[in-house]
Amino acid sequence: MEVQKTALYNYHKNLGAKFVPFAGYEMPIQYKEGIVREHISTRTHAGFFDVSHMGQFFLEGDETLIEALEKIIPADLKNLKVNHSKYSFLLNIEGGIIDDLIITKTEKGFCIILNAACKENDIKQISQFLTKNHKYLLNNNLSLIALQGPKSVEILEKLMPGVANLKFMTGSNFEYEGEKLYVTRSGYTGEDGFEISISNTKVEKLIDYLISNEVKPIGLGARDTLRLEAGLCLYGHDLNEKINPVEANLKWAIAKKRKEVGGFNGWEKIKNLLANGSEKIRVGIKPDGKVIARENTKIFSSDNNEIGFVTSGTFGPSVNAPVAMGYVKSEFSEIGTSIQLEVRGKKYGGKISELPFYKKSYVK
Amino acid sequence: MSEKKFSKKHEWVSLDGDVATVGITKHATEMLGDIVFVEVPDAGKSVEKEGQAAVVESTKAASDVYSPISGEITEGNKAIADDPGSVNSDPEGASWFFKLKIKDKSEYDSLMSKDEYDKFCKENPS
Repeated sequence: MEVQKTALYNYHKNLGAKFVPFAGYEMPIQYKEGIVREHISTRTHAGFFDVSHMGQFFLEGDETLIEALEKIIPADLKNLKVNHSKYSFLLNIEGGIIDDLIITKTEKGFCIILNAACKENDIKQISQFLTKNHKYLLNNNLSLIALQGPKSVEILEKLMPGVANLKFMTGSNFEYEGEKLYVTRSGYTGEDGFEISISNTKVEKLIDYLISNEVKPIGLGARDTLRLEAGLCLYGHDLNEKINPVEANLKWAIAKKRKEVGGFNGWEKIKNLLANGSEKIRVGIKPDGKVIARENTKIFSSDNNEIGFVTSGTFGPSVNAPVAMGYVKSEFSEIGTSIQLEVRGKKYGGKISELPFYKKSYVK
Repeated sequence: MSEKKFSKKHEWVSLDGDVATVGITKHATEMLGDIVFVEVPDAGKSVEKEGQAAVVESTKAASDVYSPISGEITEGNKAIADDPGSVNSDPEGASWFFKLKIKDKSEYDSLMSKDEYDKFCKENPS
């Protein structure tokens, strides 16, 4: 398949982006200032991220649409209010995570934001449950811009009055340049911020405005360090089809009612795991020194038994220390447990740590 | 101290008697990005020409640092292990990686001059 580009590709190029192939797209990994400065400016001021490679999937239909989606998504969609969003998953029959997603109730149905690498398969999986009473569309005419950081609200409010009233994980329509666009208060950095769904033809104008307000462009490199400090999972690394939400320590994201009543893929298995616990579980990990425990680093107990592996690991610029996430046998998952990390054949000490590594400041 | 010589793997070497100082080039740091971890060898360790001698990690990935010259390590630069970011600011000065006692000066002589290295970088962009 030909490499795809977002509507902002040339804009990124002019900003000095270094590109990498990611999920079939040419995406900026960093700009001129580099990952650490991009990370810090997001935490201290604001940064924008072109996340237009992600799928913006719209569904419409009669009352049977909720029933259909609830077979594969364990959120309480029946009680989700219009303009409210939930973090959830697509689950396979084993309860494994096909993708993680944000689903928002719209006037006519739902909008689901899907991971770029998964979106084609996701649509195949979802459409199995749909009928002729349901319509769906992956809208490639829309860009998706994340604006993240403490100054985001002040900057966006000047352009789109009213966004300041949005609470975390809610959204609304706004007017911009004679067009309607959709803004949610959400993100993937642990900061306050917004995700703006905007037509490809208007997106450059929005970015011009953001840049004129000292908002820095942020690449995938800093997106990764920001989300990891915030303890957020990256699909394909921390999550995959063989991992279920209980193991992923994301059982909070399964609606209470759905846990009790079920009716979604993998419920039998998940119900059992909820009652009895899982064999392994996702944890935060802090190496004792400066060594970075990257993905696939083996984890050992203090008495040298192999107990798990790292799924994401990097240097956290705001924590000013290395941080990681991974899976360990559940009996070793208590916060503060001493572990060893095998890096380049040598074992280094570390501890099971609380998540997030960096305190969030969402507007509730 | 002799003039700096350069390797194709983006290390530099300077020679003082039979003791060589090795570091990574400015060009290398620009390719790596923000350096967040450095591991330097302990004194007494033997290294072969083009053998792995140290480790440098940026926010993006880990890379090996090779010794362009064989010999016995006399000192690793602990200062850069404590402050990895200093490699970005002064890669070809205070932020050297290790010193070693060399065995064969011809290995040094065969490395690239500054001009040759600059040309090599231009012809082999990352």
